[in-house]
Amino acid sequence: MDITVSNLSKNYGDQKAVDSISFQVKTGEILGFLGPNGAGKTTTMKVLTCFIAPTEGTVKVGDLDIFENAEEIKKHIGYLPENNPLYLEMPVLEYLQFVAEIQGVSPSEMPSRLRSIVSRCGLNKEKHKKIGELSKGYRQRVGLAQALIHDPEILILDEPTTGLDPNQIVEIRNLIREIGKEKTVILSTHILPEVEATCDRILIINNGKIVADGTPDTLSRQAQGRYLVDVRIRAKEGEDIAVQLRSLPGVSMVETDHARPDWFQITSTTGLETREAVFHLCVKNQWVLTEMTPVEERLEDIFRELTLK
Amino acid sequence: MKNIWIIAKREFRTFLDSLVAYILLVVFLGLSGLFTWLFGTDVFYIKQATMQPFFQIAYWTLFFFIPALTMRMIAEEKRVGTLETLLTRAVTDGQVIAGKYLACMMLIGVALVFTLPYYFTISWLGPVDHGAVWCGYLGLLLLSSAYISIGIFASSITGNQIVAFLLALVTGIFFHWIFGLFSSVTSGGFASTLNYLSASTHFSSITRGVIDSRDVIYFGSLTLLSLVLAEIQLAARNVVD
Repeated sequence: MDITVSNLSKNYGDQKAVDSISFQVKTGEILGFLGPNGAGKTTTMKVLTCFIAPTEGTVKVGDLDIFENAEEIKKHIGYLPENNPLYLEMPVLEYLQFVAEIQGVSPSEMPSRLRSIVSRCGLNKEKHKKIGELSKGYRQRVGLAQALIHDPEILILDEPTTGLDPNQIVEIRNLIREIGKEKTVILSTHILPEVEATCDRILIINNGKIVADGTPDTLSRQAQGRYLVDVRIRAKEGEDIAVQLRSLPGVSMVETDHARPDWFQITSTTGLETREAVFHLCVKNQWVLTEMTPVEERLEDIFRELTLK
Repeated sequence: MKNIWIIAKREFRTFLDSLVAYILLVVFLGLSGLFTWLFGTDVFYIKQATMQPFFQIAYWTLFFFIPALTMRMIAEEKRVGTLETLLTRAVTDGQVIAGKYLACMMLIGVALVFTLPYYFTISWLGPVDHGAVWCGYLGLLLLSSAYISIGIFASSITGNQIVAFLLALVTGIFFHWIFGLFSSVTSGGFASTLNYLSASTHFSSITRGVIDSRDVIYFGSLTLLSLVLAEIQLAARNVVD
């Protein structure tokens, strides 16, 4: 199911938590919601899950409207709220069954559904324990399990990997990737490598406004508009590689390093690729090209650049 | 309807999983048993096979017992944040409120069932007005229904259980006692209005063995009003502020 958000605003008193944002998420897309604390990520998610009504604007889930068809929409959404609130006094299995019942899983499907979600989220050993007795990582798994139990078409996860150890983070990311193939996933986080690892598309929000929207690739390009390439070239003594590289079309700058005479960093002029030209130059001069690595603008730099303004 | 039952089931199980339910049951049964059999105007003292002392005591014990039961219903979920997980599922605000109300009614029902041995024992001691006894039980159920709803409404206002408890108690005491008290010291239309608002008037008329539709309507509307207010309170998160 697609989600279409148009001109969504939410005010808390005088404060604008979300300020007229619009975006669309398609089925099979994993959207990463990125932004500093208090940017409006959680508020947007609360509106999408029909927990709070927006001040202005509309949200459509498929053909359904959040004002008119909230009950129907909620059936299709699996939601893991921030801080993962759970009934601590309930045993894991009992809780999952409660959620499944309320989300309309039929009694005949119940046992198989519970079994598969428990094993998928790695809760088999803990399933009879009370949730309050579990460690934070396991609680997070329970939170994920309750969001997934009714096999929802849309998954909304507010900081899904907080409190997990690195192994679990990888597991959860793989799980999200796998689910994201056929479902619509929106996840918020401020852990940048996480977005790079899991998301097809990134939405950066700052002060309630969308400041960037695109794939991790396009974002790095947008921010700088230039490509960076590290190359290592071995040539005969006396040939001035740097000078010839600088004369190539599309090259705006070549950096060299005394400690590493065969290393050059080539910066392209805006929007132009230089790798082919470099390769042909090497072939022409019979230089040996030992390395060519595109340098990616780190998402952290983009993030800082966009949200510190 | 199904959702209400699912929520009620969960709440009821939570009662049984926590010590609260057992402590309150023991206290309720202990107090009402004590006063029915041993203390004050107990059955041996008045030398009548009647359940009236029990109903008078239950009238007061339930008054304290119920706010303790309802105080966590919504306040706790608000504080912990589970309200968000609950309300973003395929349920309406009204179903959540109704489910919680039903769970409390079920627990009160269980508590009252446990007092049936008092009735059987007394009826074994002498002739009992059976009609009055069943009316008395009905009266207790209606009274509980009203107080549970008031309690749930109080719990929906705040995220603090103690505040919810006190609020329910303070609201309850007006219906339970103060309205009746004032109506006896005032006169005219004002007094009769207060008298109508007093739960004790309606309760005692039911326990006398007369089921008047006015009494049932009184408790019914108090229940409905409080539950609707609680629902409005939950929905208030949507109000643009």
